[in-house]
Amino acid sequence: MGMTLYEKIYDQHQVAQLNDSTDLLYIDFHFIHEVTSPQAFAGLKQAGRTVRNPVATLATMDHNISTQNRRIDGAGEVSQQQLTALQKHCREFQIPLIDITHRDQGIVHVIGPEQGITQPGMTIVCGDSHTSTHGAFGALAFGIGTSEVEHVLATQTLPQQRAKNMKVQIDGQLPMGVTAKDVILAVIGRIGTAGGSGYVVEYCGSAIESMDMEERMTVCNMTIEMGAKAGLIAPDEVTFSYLQGRPRAPSGDQWQRALARWKTLKSDADAVFDKTVHIDASSIRPQITWGTSPEQVMAVTERVPDPANFPATEQQRSVAKALEYMGLTPGSLLQDYPVDVVFIGSCTNSRLVDLRQAAAVVKGGRVAPHVRALVVPGSAQVKREAEAEGLADVFRAAGFEWREPGCSMCLAMNDDIVPAGKRCVSTSNRNFEGRQGRLARTHLASPAVAASAAIHGYLSTNPLVSGEGLI
Amino acid sequence: MSQQQYFHQGSACALPIDNVDTDQIIPKQFLTGISRDGFGAALFYDWRYLDDGAPNPDFVLNQPQFQGVSILVAGHNFGCGSSREHAPWALAQFGFKVVVASSFADIFYRNCINNKLLPAQVSTTDLKRLTAVCEQRAEAIKVDLEQQQLVLSNGEAIPFSIASSDRDQLLDDCDFIGVAEQHLDAIDRYENDRATTVPWFMPLSFTV
Ligand code: SF4
Repeated sequence: MGMTLYEKIYDQHQVAQLNDSTDLLYIDFHFIHEVTSPQAFAGLKQAGRTVRNPVATLATMDHNISTQNRRIDGAGEVSQQQLTALQKHCREFQIPLIDITHRDQGIVHVIGPEQGITQPGMTIVCGDSHTSTHGAFGALAFGIGTSEVEHVLATQTLPQQRAKNMKVQIDGQLPMGVTAKDVILAVIGRIGTAGGSGYVVEYCGSAIESMDMEERMTVCNMTIEMGAKAGLIAPDEVTFSYLQGRPRAPSGDQWQRALARWKTLKSDADAVFDKTVHIDASSIRPQITWGTSPEQVMAVTERVPDPANFPATEQQRSVAKALEYMGLTPGSLLQDYPVDVVFIGSCTNSRLVDLRQAAAVVKGGRVAPHVRALVVPGSAQVKREAEAEGLADVFRAAGFEWREPGCSMCLAMNDDIVPAGKRCVSTSNRNFEGRQGRLARTHLASPAVAASAAIHGYLSTNPLVSGEGLI
Repeated sequence: MSQQQYFHQGSACALPIDNVDTDQIIPKQFLTGISRDGFGAALFYDWRYLDDGAPNPDFVLNQPQFQGVSILVAGHNFGCGSSREHAPWALAQFGFKVVVASSFADIFYRNCINNKLLPAQVSTTDLKRLTAVCEQRAEAIKVDLEQQQLVLSNGEAIPFSIASSDRDQLLDDCDFIGVAEQHLDAIDRYENDRATTVPWFMPLSFTV
């Protein structure tokens, strides 16, 4: 019987069997950041342990930093304490650190791939659920808790149990103006926030194959939003050409050897998946969330659902609760709701392709007077490239704030907060209650839809219909 | 049977909400610390406290009949979202020993096990029954990890599932990293092999 890509990577990393269901897996690369690592280092020290493989580790500062400046005290004393703790731990254990002023600084899931660290066939972990992003390269990548961070620091391994395999096949051509973000939101809407629980999801089909790496990262990034352990896309020529020449990618003879091995990394034709979902790409429309969970999503032109139309009482209750929090009336159209804040950024949508899509919509327009709009590039490199291409000028001329890289308003740990009761269209990945600030109302959407909302000042005019963003 | 008959005995309250995410369990403004302590007071912060910081009288944990509860009867897909281990830390430091749900998000589940907080998975029907029992008053429950059942005050037993390896980890005092360290030879061998099979994965130096 054939094997899935997940099974191949899993088997290649098995170091030992711990019991009937648990294996010790080798971890090729470990990203750490300031928020979920301090207690792991404290634990290591308390137990008298050290870091086994510091150079298979990279530390970065992203969650808690200011995006107004590059100062370690830019986001206040409390965050500075975490940042200096990370500096200290990295010095002590000789872990490479991309510090706040480093020229490659950025969000962990943006800089790993950018530097060529993320490669096909690897196992990659980070104390961060959106580690699933790296699966776009055919790497088995998943988020872990702080106790597990400590485990990986100490042993470069992690106890694991085999997950089930799900295939999400998306064939056909996406309509004009429909982006990777719309694809993954539509998939989550279909599968649900818990539908992926216990699975590793492999995305395939012609719509996925025709995406570039940045778009594939957007898809894999939000795999965690359906509860799946990881998302995977088999590496292909698109992957290889993205990697070639990147600072940490193999070169010379090693490149040829790596390529030969990477080409074996795909699910066999007769591999068995526990679950398969088919989606017709041409049926996908620009999406936007209306509720407080990423599964509460619809096409931008649809009407806000009515709790009464849901079959189970629990569902009715949760839909009603979400609508109340979001301040939306059942049956209304989103285009009737004014927007207060627009955030373009996060590890989901802060790469060059995303900024290009947003800028194409913005070009020549002005941010509506009542809207505060900001663009936060995912990394210093993205920022430089966007400036060189003139995208930053487009945003600034339209009245967007153009920020330094970081997580920013995705989780609002710094001062980039959506005020209570305000409505935000955000290109990030979570519309949970309070995620962007206490009582903040978050609508997740693509960069094109977010940009359109900024200009029109209302939720989701459909860029597909109005002919904007046709790039 | 291990030394004591029950993994835990305590009283339970219900929070019958599906998809409770870790941002609700412990909002991000409490993640700025560098220690593992002090999270109990911030558990469910945005639900538990009003805008002015006063306790929200409508929230279950603030109601007099639910003081001292140690078992949380939750909904479906509990603990989804962020990987923050601060969520089980907050639950445990508040005083919870057991969370009962019809399903758990994977990362949260693992974080619970690593913190000796029992994630007990029950069927949807049983969860409904249990919720009904705990919604009005704190129900006394005995948690039998060996038999994998929750014994209610009337003697009724509700089965829950947990992988045997996870159960062992909850009962065992052994150090989670220590288990892997027993396999250091195998890790060494694996790393040596990789130096020839995938040498490009092994950065010898990595300066930034
Ligand atoms: S951008 Fe948001 S989701 Fe991504 S790593 Fe940062 S906080 Fe997490």
